[in-house]
Amino acid sequence: MGIEEHLPGDFFLSRVEQLAGWARSSSLWPATFGLACCAIEMMAAGGPRHDLARFGMERFSATPRQADLLIVAGRLSQKMAPVIRQVYDQMAGPKWVIAMGVCAASGGMFNNYAVVQGVDKIIPVDMYVPGCPPRPEMLLDGIVKLHDRIRSERLGHRRVEQLDEREAAALQGASGVKR
Amino acid sequence: MTSETAQEPQYFSITGADPREWEDMIAAAAESDEDRLVINMGPHHPSTHGVLRLVLTLDGETVEEARLGIGYLHTGIEKNMEYRTWTQGVTFCTRMDYLMPLFNETAYCLAVEKLLGITDQIPERAQVIRVMMMELNRISSHLVAIATFGLELGATTVMTNGFLSRERILETFELITGVRMNHGYIRPGGVVQDLPPGSITRVRELVAETRDGIGRLAKLLNANPVFLARTRDVAYLDIRGSVTLGVTGPLLRAAGLPWDLRKSQPYCGYETYDFAVPVQHSGDAYGRHLVRMAEMTESLNIVEQCLDRLAAGGGPVMIDDKKIGWPAQLALGPDGLGNSEQHIADIMGSSMEALIHHFKLVTEGFRVPAGEAYASVESPRGELGVHVVSDGGTRPYRVHFRDPSFANLQAIPAMCEGGQLGDVIVAVASLDPLMGGVDR
Repeated sequence: MGIEEHLPGDFFLSRVEQLAGWARSSSLWPATFGLACCAIEMMAAGGPRHDLARFGMERFSATPRQADLLIVAGRLSQKMAPVIRQVYDQMAGPKWVIAMGVCAASGGMFNNYAVVQGVDKIIPVDMYVPGCPPRPEMLLDGIVKLHDRIRSERLGHRRVEQLDEREAAALQGASGVKR
Repeated sequence: MTSETAQEPQYFSITGADPREWEDMIAAAAESDEDRLVINMGPHHPSTHGVLRLVLTLDGETVEEARLGIGYLHTGIEKNMEYRTWTQGVTFCTRMDYLMPLFNETAYCLAVEKLLGITDQIPERAQVIRVMMMELNRISSHLVAIATFGLELGATTVMTNGFLSRERILETFELITGVRMNHGYIRPGGVVQDLPPGSITRVRELVAETRDGIGRLAKLLNANPVFLARTRDVAYLDIRGSVTLGVTGPLLRAAGLPWDLRKSQPYCGYETYDFAVPVQHSGDAYGRHLVRMAEMTESLNIVEQCLDRLAAGGGPVMIDDKKIGWPAQLALGPDGLGNSEQHIADIMGSSMEALIHHFKLVTEGFRVPAGEAYASVESPRGELGVHVVSDGGTRPYRVHFRDPSFANLQAIPAMCEGGQLGDVIVAVASLDPLMGGVDR
């Protein structure tokens, strides 16, 4: 990422972490990546009723280069998979991904030749929002949870430690066996 | 493509395009003296209504050639339906064109009912509910069409207004069907359940609210000089071109042909409703907008007529034939919608035959006589046709959908070529294609 990654000292770094986390979580710029039904609910979430602007997110970026959140909204076909990878690669870090809806999370009800069985096969996913399609409130819930996560994100060597911890916790959760 | 190249085997890259096509295009452009530019618009682009890809050849600002790339949302829905029962098929086809789920369901159910030969036995109340739900769905779909039209022209206010009105309709759908989108509400034989208490009043309120919302949109757009400058005489397609290309729906009616399946081949009892078919003669993007606006008002009139009929109350909403209709009317329990307690007490406590029948119908489904049938409905985007083929089993042998967006989309080159680059956005927006329906 940037210069903040190379700051020395733990005390100073933790203050910078807090500031960076607060700034990053308060104005995420989502990329417009609507695919199917969920895209309509994503637009509804951006509409006046649910008002994504409350979270500083109403500015949906048309270009991935100016976005730091990719909301994959809808079923991802095999043909679209290379495109989404390219869009993700074009986004500047730090960046996050929300898999919106069961199709994006796992392929959902379309367990067939055409649909990629979860976007996490193509790109890393930070937050899964279930539902077919998830109602706007559910998307907002996922976004708020992602905000919490971004706010607690560490920098530099502490980030590496945090990722190790998370991985260990995830492995333990999955198998029930301590590593 | 010449006949010689057509003989050669076709190669496709992972993006679905012939890699040599690009190479040929680049080579041809390099040889040519003309100052032409080939740009690729989509499949990830904010104003292509989903994952549509357009390959545009430009001479300055003029579009010389517009080519379409589709298939980026291919979901295999038709194939999946072959592995599910006839009733479960509804759950799949509702997700095709996700702005008109109730039309997908109705078209599919009409075809299955035709094949079963039970079209006349569908209860009157179920037909009225179908019509009411479809017309509300038509309004919500047109609202998105107009809202995204505004968004793509850069007018966010249009979008917020459209989505605000649509949100009220979705709330009503949620009250009646349980979900906002992808309802699975209409089933072969009728509808899943009767309207819940209070829904007639709610829909009456909704009609008034929506009428307000449409009025606001009309005030905002219909005489807006910027909107007029962008849409008038843009993306022109006359009757002859429309008919040749198989274009239907608001596009055809904006060209001047009053072709509406609700009038010409009535289904679900549309012949008994009093409504007009709005027509414009301009054949341009503005005409299509006016047709959509007028259609929403007509749909509200139909909804009001439905409400008058439904207010009388009573009557079944599912076919009487126990071999087809779900064995129990659903009831709302503490953990959600399910079989009514009375029915569970019956099958678990008193009647073994009822339990067997319930089990067979739910797990295996009903059989449909071998044959094929075609049914079509007038969807917000045009003629939505369904061709179902049965081999006599409990699952479809083949289901194919004639999706209006798919047929309409081939009019894009006719509308765009020779025009300005900026007008391509207007053409696509006025056509209102839904890639979920195109690619299925």
